[in-house]
Amino acid sequence: MQLRVRALETVLTEKGYVDPAALDLIVEAYETRIGPHNGARAVAKAWVDPAFRRALLADATAAVGSLGFASRVGDHLVAVENTLQLHNMIVCTLCSCYPWEVLGLPPTWYKSAPYRSRAVIDPRGVLADFGLKLPEATEIRVWDSTAETRFMVLPMRPAGTHGWSEEQLAGLVTRNCMIGTGLPKGADAVS
Amino acid sequence: MNGIHDMGGMQGFGPVKPEANEPVFHDAWEGRVLALNRAIGHARLWNIDMSRAAIEKMPPDLYLARSYYAKWLLRLEDLLIERGLIDADELASGHARAPGKPLRKLAAADVATALTRGSYGREPGAPARFKVGERVRTRNMHPATHTRLPRYARGRLGTIECVRGCHVYPDTVAIGEGENPQWLYTLRFAGRELWGESADPNLTVSIEAFEPYLEAI
Repeated sequence: MQLRVRALETVLTEKGYVDPAALDLIVEAYETRIGPHNGARAVAKAWVDPAFRRALLADATAAVGSLGFASRVGDHLVAVENTLQLHNMIVCTLCSCYPWEVLGLPPTWYKSAPYRSRAVIDPRGVLADFGLKLPEATEIRVWDSTAETRFMVLPMRPAGTHGWSEEQLAGLVTRNCMIGTGLPKGADAVS
Repeated sequence: MNGIHDMGGMQGFGPVKPEANEPVFHDAWEGRVLALNRAIGHARLWNIDMSRAAIEKMPPDLYLARSYYAKWLLRLEDLLIERGLIDADELASGHARAPGKPLRKLAAADVATALTRGSYGREPGAPARFKVGERVRTRNMHPATHTRLPRYARGRLGTIECVRGCHVYPDTVAIGEGENPQWLYTLRFAGRELWGESADPNLTVSIEAFEPYLEAI
């Protein structure tokens, strides 16, 4: 595969269609700057700042955009909030739509047939694959990303984190808890 | 099209297998494939729905067997050949045989801004037909071309939860018939409407549904 990719890149470079330096920068951006640490900052801010939380839920594109990440946030980003009664989960059953700007590139499992097929029909079974068991009375809401709308989950703030700084809180926010296949780490995860 | 890509509700694929500490790319070539797709995407030779359609029409056995970035690579090769930007001999030899056509080339200096996703919102040509809270039924439709109405959600009763504005319509833009902007809604279904009486009573599923997918009841 590596040789085949190199052949294509060489052809496209020789034909003047791509600049290898631009390709390097794209890879670097997704390996370093565009990742779930961005979403984690938005979540942590929403936990400590009620006005930001409201703004995030009203218009996530504008709210996350105001945080000034290296990569600007595209349109149509929507944040959905978990509560004690409601747990949100994000999927793209048709391909692999995912909020790249806040979470980076999707993990392999998110793009896999098992996740895409089962998330909408058996989300509790999927959550069990992640070791997560929610009360049966909790409503599970699955958002299938069938258009250009992109979703991220705003998880519940872990107990025992009163007085924590945004930076400390961001350390508890995992990628999976922003997809809905996990919960944030507990307060005891960081000492 | 009723392709293998339309996986919602299928059974038998086994458990989800999360990988601990998964790297962004498992191999350097995956990153190059992603970057090549993004860089060529900048030239706007095709739109996002055309590129989705190109993956959807892969034979089902190959779709399942190929890794994610392998599909992206083969799709890119196919589209570039189809559009006459490269030819198969060039790919096989790994070198250009003729100069390229003029196109909008992504310069290194523009990478940061080029990585921002475009907007798919468009000015509406007519008011939205449906209101929040309204019950509607999705159409029982089976186009042989690209659509974003998944099979599991066809012919089902749902509730309009949100009006997302007017957006580029995938079903026409994918086949070169224009952006044809349509109202986009979040449509919520009870789990039992989709999966029958044995479904989890506390499950709700939503899709993002374009107005032509919906009919009044």
